[in-house]
Amino acid sequence: MRGFLYVLAAFAVMGLAFWAYQENYKTQAAIKDVRQLHADIGAAHERLNILRAEWAYLNRPDRLADLADLNFDRLGLLPLMSVAFGRVDQIIYPLPPILPITDPIALSSEAFNDWEDPL
Amino acid sequence: MIRTPLRPLARILKAREKGENPDAIAAENLRLRHEAMADKARQRAEGRLLVLGLAFFCAFIAIGGRMGTLASSVPEEPRAAAVGNPIIGQRADIVDRNGRILATNLATYSLYAHPRDMIDPANAARGLAAIFPELDAKELLKDFTGERRFLWIRRQISPEQMQAVHDIGSPGLLFGPREMRLYPNGPIAAHILGGASYGREGVDSAEVIGVAGVERQFDAFLRDPANEGAPLQLSLDLTVQAAAEQVLAGGMSLMNAKGAASVLMDIHTGEIISMVSLPDFDPNNRPRLPTSGDQSDSPLFNRAVQGVYELGSVFKILTISQGLELGLITPQTMIDTKGPLTWGRFRIRDFRNYGPELTTEDVIVHSSNIGTARIAMQIGADRQKAFMGALGLLEPTPVEMVEAPTGKPLLPANWSEISTMTISYGHGLSSSPLHLATAYASLLNGGTKVMPTLLRVDTAKQGQRVVSEKVSRTAVDMLRKVVVRGTASLAEVPGYAVGGKTGTADKPRAAGGGYYKDKVIATFASVFPAHDPQYVLIVSLDEPSENSGSEPRRTAGWTAVPVAAEIIRRVAPLLGLRPHVDTPQPVSVTLTAN
Repeated sequence: MRGFLYVLAAFAVMGLAFWAYQENYKTQAAIKDVRQLHADIGAAHERLNILRAEWAYLNRPDRLADLADLNFDRLGLLPLMSVAFGRVDQIIYPLPPILPITDPIALSSEAFNDWEDPL
Repeated sequence: MIRTPLRPLARILKAREKGENPDAIAAENLRLRHEAMADKARQRAEGRLLVLGLAFFCAFIAIGGRMGTLASSVPEEPRAAAVGNPIIGQRADIVDRNGRILATNLATYSLYAHPRDMIDPANAARGLAAIFPELDAKELLKDFTGERRFLWIRRQISPEQMQAVHDIGSPGLLFGPREMRLYPNGPIAAHILGGASYGREGVDSAEVIGVAGVERQFDAFLRDPANEGAPLQLSLDLTVQAAAEQVLAGGMSLMNAKGAASVLMDIHTGEIISMVSLPDFDPNNRPRLPTSGDQSDSPLFNRAVQGVYELGSVFKILTISQGLELGLITPQTMIDTKGPLTWGRFRIRDFRNYGPELTTEDVIVHSSNIGTARIAMQIGADRQKAFMGALGLLEPTPVEMVEAPTGKPLLPANWSEISTMTISYGHGLSSSPLHLATAYASLLNGGTKVMPTLLRVDTAKQGQRVVSEKVSRTAVDMLRKVVVRGTASLAEVPGYAVGGKTGTADKPRAAGGGYYKDKVIATFASVFPAHDPQYVLIVSLDEPSENSGSEPRRTAGWTAVPVAAEIIRRVAPLLGLRPHVDTPQPVSVTLTAN
């Protein structure tokens, strides 16, 4: 009985050692993965920052004003003035759509059916 | 173990025969046995001490060894711990009130040289001089062939220049990553943003530090990694700022002024929506401080905050409001305006003679110095000083810029009665346009003090009461009348009921001793819309002169007022203010039947 317990303990130690070995390698792999992800996120951030800076640079008020002047013929853009404001009742609302016909009236035209194509 | 008896029979018998005491033998044996026991116990104790000593020795060696390795190895961040964001370590952005970028960073490269690693220094020097025109090939060659082992060439280079340097192909030319502060809008809001430069520099990185404006004021906040890249949100509105700068620059050149400033402030929160000082500069390429001449002529000088001037008649409404608040006058009280008003050797005159007396309202509308001075005499020096202090006109503005403390108002050394009289119409006390904007906002928002701020405020805090709501309302109505039938008739903007007061102050001679005859500061302080005051706009022109007529006109009514009106016309719709149009009564329909 005692010998059996010793053998069992020895196997348990070996099993645990194997498990620990595997966990160690898994952890190291995960850390490597995280490092790679951090590097990727950092690069993406940098790219995003450059794009945002470029967007801000391309949308700077001076440039937009110049573009509006250049394309005045096509777009007719003017600085926002007080005359651009209107009242709600100055807007023509779209006409309400025609309601679906729920009780159609049957119409028949005999003449149409008998009518023949002259050609 | 064989146990020896204490009284061995053989020896006892022998001893008895000899007539000796057999107990001595027993005692001797007992002693020997005790000695043996003591020896054994000591040996065991010694052994245990040895083991314990060994254990301690091993523990100390282990700890000492670990400490040694920690001390001698390169520190490494624990990678597995995922606390915080380790990536965003750069200086935070600055954005306007709507989140549009005012300042951001751009990754770029610096260029440095290791002359010892160069194979063909002459070729490298020639190549560099061709890429960077400001470098001199001979100087570079001298540096490359001299004793130096390390040399900075450029702090930041563009990607094209970097490629060109690559193409030289010298192993001694190296690049280090750099972060560059970028102001994508160029000179817009330059004075507020200030600028940035490099602090401590290394090959791999360099600190970016703020040198002026909010960049310097909030340097610690912008560099704090605990914010995780949260931007600094200002109260400015980029669109409004751009429009105001454009109109003001146009007005400045039309009016032949040498400088101009404008401040647009939210009347309830004290947020500065736009603040312009012209001439301006590009913060991406900040000019150096002038070493000679007048500092206030430098484009770096922020006229709106640092420029303290006598602003003239715009102060009159402050005096009148205090008179109303104290109950000394009402808008219809008749004030004696017979001129000139003589006080000692001083004579106070009006621009034109307005007759023997005017109502308080007309004193403001016609801008009578004599009438205002008479009201100030009733108020007295102490009360006037206390009122000016309550409006923040005696101290530098608390706005969040490093330059703010330099905009300290100039006060008379002795606040005498004549000072009281001159200050009542804006002479003898110098303050900045931002001071004036703050005072107007505090006076006209219902009478509670506001603090000027450059940070976005979401909930307005009610400040200390300066004047009653009724007086505040009366003051707005009077300012409106100045525009409707007074000195600022050009300020009429359809739909936005502008109210305001003009101020034309002669410039004091720099050397002291009197005023220039033909140099003025023209200011227009306005509030709009008058029926529900929302914003205060101050426009100040330095040495304007409007030359379209037969003789140059310098008064604010002809110079600052039209510029301010144009700014309001452009800016009010951008602020989301609906024009207030007086619609005629709709034609009434009478129901009739027959």
